[in-house]
Amino acid sequence: MGALSIGIGGAAGDGLARCGDILARTGTRLGLHAYAYNSYQSVIRGGHIWLTLRMGEDKVRSHGDHLNLLIALNQDTLERHAPQVEAGGWIVYAADRLTCPERLPGKDVNLLGMPVKELLKPLGKVPPVMQNSVLVGAAAHLLGLDPAVLEGVTGDIYAGKPVEVIAHNVDATRAGHAHARQHTAALNTGWAFSRTARPFLTGNQAMALGALAAGCKFYAAYPMTPVSNILHYLAAHGPDFGMVVKQCEDEIAVIHTAIGAGYAGVRAMCATSGGGFALMSEAVGFAGMIEAPVVIVEGQRAGPSTGVPTKTEQGDLNQVFGASQGDYPRAILAPVDTADAFGSVAEAFNLAERFQMPVIVMSDLALAEHYETVEHTDLDWDMPIDRGERVDDVAEADGYLRYRLTPSGVSPRALPGTPRAAHIAASDEHDEAGILLSDVFASPPMRRKMHEKRMRKLEAVAAQLPPPERYGASRPEVLLIGWGSTGGVIREAVDLLSERGVVAGQMQVKYLLPFPTGAMLEAIDTARRTVVVENNLTGQFARYLRAETGHRAHGLVLRYDGEPFTPGYIAERAQAVLTGRSQPLALSEGEARECAYHYIRSRLGDMAWPATLRRVGEHVYGEPAWEARLEGRDDGHDMGLLVIGADTGAVLALHHPIPRTQEAAHGHA
Amino acid sequence: MATLELPIETYDGPVDPDWCPACGDFGVLKALKQAAGSLGIRPDDMLVVSGIGCSSNLPGFIHAYGVHGLHGRAVPLATGAHLANTDLTVVITGGDGDGYGIGLGHMLHAMRRNLNLTYVVMNNQVYGLTTGQASPTTGLEVVTKSTPRGNPELPLNPLAMALAAGCGYVARGFSGDVAQMAGLIAGGMRHRGFALVDVFSPCVTYNHLNTYPYFRERVYKLEEAGHDPADLAAAMRAAGESERLPTGLFYQVERPSYADREPALADGPPVKRPIKGNGDAFRSLIAAMC
Ligand SMILES: Cc1ncc(C[n+]2csc(CCOP(=O)(O)OP(=O)(O)O)c2C)c(N)n1
Ligand code: SF4
Repeated sequence: MGALSIGIGGAAGDGLARCGDILARTGTRLGLHAYAYNSYQSVIRGGHIWLTLRMGEDKVRSHGDHLNLLIALNQDTLERHAPQVEAGGWIVYAADRLTCPERLPGKDVNLLGMPVKELLKPLGKVPPVMQNSVLVGAAAHLLGLDPAVLEGVTGDIYAGKPVEVIAHNVDATRAGHAHARQHTAALNTGWAFSRTARPFLTGNQAMALGALAAGCKFYAAYPMTPVSNILHYLAAHGPDFGMVVKQCEDEIAVIHTAIGAGYAGVRAMCATSGGGFALMSEAVGFAGMIEAPVVIVEGQRAGPSTGVPTKTEQGDLNQVFGASQGDYPRAILAPVDTADAFGSVAEAFNLAERFQMPVIVMSDLALAEHYETVEHTDLDWDMPIDRGERVDDVAEADGYLRYRLTPSGVSPRALPGTPRAAHIAASDEHDEAGILLSDVFASPPMRRKMHEKRMRKLEAVAAQLPPPERYGASRPEVLLIGWGSTGGVIREAVDLLSERGVVAGQMQVKYLLPFPTGAMLEAIDTARRTVVVENNLTGQFARYLRAETGHRAHGLVLRYDGEPFTPGYIAERAQAVLTGRSQPLALSEGEARECAYHYIRSRLGDMAWPATLRRVGEHVYGEPAWEARLEGRDDGHDMGLLVIGADTGAVLALHHPIPRTQEAAHGHA
Repeated sequence: MATLELPIETYDGPVDPDWCPACGDFGVLKALKQAAGSLGIRPDDMLVVSGIGCSSNLPGFIHAYGVHGLHGRAVPLATGAHLANTDLTVVITGGDGDGYGIGLGHMLHAMRRNLNLTYVVMNNQVYGLTTGQASPTTGLEVVTKSTPRGNPELPLNPLAMALAAGCGYVARGFSGDVAQMAGLIAGGMRHRGFALVDVFSPCVTYNHLNTYPYFRERVYKLEEAGHDPADLAAAMRAAGESERLPTGLFYQVERPSYADREPALADGPPVKRPIKGNGDAFRSLIAAMC
């Protein structure tokens, strides 16, 4: 069997992340590959959290389209996700707390209702979250994971907690595992378990490690989802590597502190999301102007404005291209997966120092926060380091020209403190010595030559960058073109299309600026049809591709609901493009159900649920609609109807008034 | 001024200032050179950082390392350079618009962080470079290009603000008294932590109210009035004076600087340390992810 998907759902505060962590680390320690994506909301407690963990013997590149094993920590999860479990799959839940309505699971789906209270009785009085360990133990049995390794991981994950907490959790997992084994056989996964563990980490962690390996000595940040974890990680570990980690008062301060540190001669990095990057904008061009190296991570999240702070998007491309006034040299990199996130940061430092310019590394929430196994060799401590041309001493005073007009455009750098090389680095236009051209010493030709010198650096950058990665058929019927973090999921979509008999290929763009125009045109020439795949509403990259190559993609696969792509989502829509159908915009059944849940949770609290959903003729706007019948959670009594317009999404409520019971709490934004 | 360790010409810049003749900023430039000379700071070890404004052009007129940054952003820029290389003497120069207007937030945080930076504000109570609009220190009801019917806002009191923000070195100079100002700047450079030297630096072109004669009539020296710079309450009272205008050192207190508390600086300035950190520490981070 290939990879299996495990879904864990509950409310925030249910301890769900830990369940996922324990299962994933048990699997990865046993030699499996894993990929985990947490689709959480911006709430500290309450709300619906859904974690998908996909594991298998081969590299797993996305969280997939399937659900084989459901661990439900609350009733909501059972209701929402039980229908998605595939034939042969399992649903694991606490049978003494939750009930799984019989009509929900599909055919050949097995229920494993655990008598949690009874199993926990021998432990004495323990907190309710202990149910998690029981369910994890049961799931581990179904997946055939070695219980000894499971117990070891459980101990590690709870390390630092009081001994009795660790012991209770280990005992609870053991009890869950034993009970499941008594009642059912394990799934036939066919996994051989090599027992060689790979690192399992997020894109944020990969970037932080990349910075450490690259010798970064200065990191500045202002907290912002989805990149705050880079700050947390480096604050904890950076000082052990001689790294100064500074939380500043705002993003304007962040980037200037980083530029100041880069100017003074250390490798300096900062990270933010779209909103913070907007504040940094003026300074990006400043770094280009004074030719100071700096690495900026832009972790995109769903915009515009505060947007959906905890959801993913690739919507900041226009902003990053448009950052700062005037023309100035810079490179923009978008790592294509977790392993590449490590390497890209390291590469960004080499580019920044060699070419004395800002380098922006574009990530997004999906890449920043999902966990994935990578190979040890992907996280190479001994990567090459290129600090660029430097001047360490100058024989005579006035012999040094900081902004010497050279054929390559690179002028050797003297750091402050270098003897006899004192000069000024100015945001105003300047001559070779750094003297301002903007006031009394105006000189249009010198301005022109200095402007050209800076931009000339990009020619050498373009020449040294490798072409975008190709995957799949060399003469594809459809070439999927993606950029940045979608490298893995598009690759899986290509495989899926091939399975369905479509000759497909992939071109994944990592270097956005300078743009590999030649390589793109060559790739486009090999394909009958091109489809640009990106996580935004307007196809920002497709427009850029057209501007740079003159090629207009034959179709777009877009997603902008805040969720990352899955292979099936891409494959289905790419096929639609091939057959001339357009991307369907009407609400799907699953989406209509989520709309119903949103309405219920925000207006009616916990008392109702959308028991049935059916497609009906007309909404008030004269459009097709979904009709959700509401039932009371307690006794299933009729609570009215919701009619949801399939095109507009407008909700018409015909329910009996029920007092609002739940207070929503905010966080993360 | 006391004897100079290095002659003042040591710091003569590549070009002469292009300020209007008699602009107060000339006095500040001279005082800064004298201060550096009195402490014997080599130009190669000094970094002068500024924002944008007439006053912010100063780094171009002095022989030292300099960064002429963006409007209002000199403080974070200087912060990064300082933390990367704590061996440099870092001085910030700029105007009241730059420091107390657009850049005010940064300045307050630098004060409470006690970063080892000396900030000399050429306070001319007007925006000079942009040809004479109101600044945060322009007086109430004063007519400027942007306040033709009189300024409706109360001026900011930078010294009282600095004292309240926990600044450990608060002083005021006057461009008409270079010797005193040089001493105040030198004191700020020697001070372990953030030092603010606010300077009455008349804009002879756009401010016809706060002129040299205006200040000469009003200034008096705190050191001659028996002021105790360790007395915070007395410093606050002096900062509040508006009829007569005290100059000199208002307040000084020694505290550990930010750099003193930063663990990553324990082994010296980051710029002087090997580029590669600790490989074993890296491998144990990876092991923790398995
Ligand atoms: C972001 C930004 N906004 C506005 C300006 C225009 N500007 C340049 S200098 C200045 C004010 C200068 O006043 P001040 O700092 O008091 O210096 P002075 O010229 O009086 O010495 C302004 C608003 C700019 N350069 N950058
Ligand atoms: S405009 Fe005012 S501040 Fe600017 S140089 Fe002239 S006198 Fe000085």
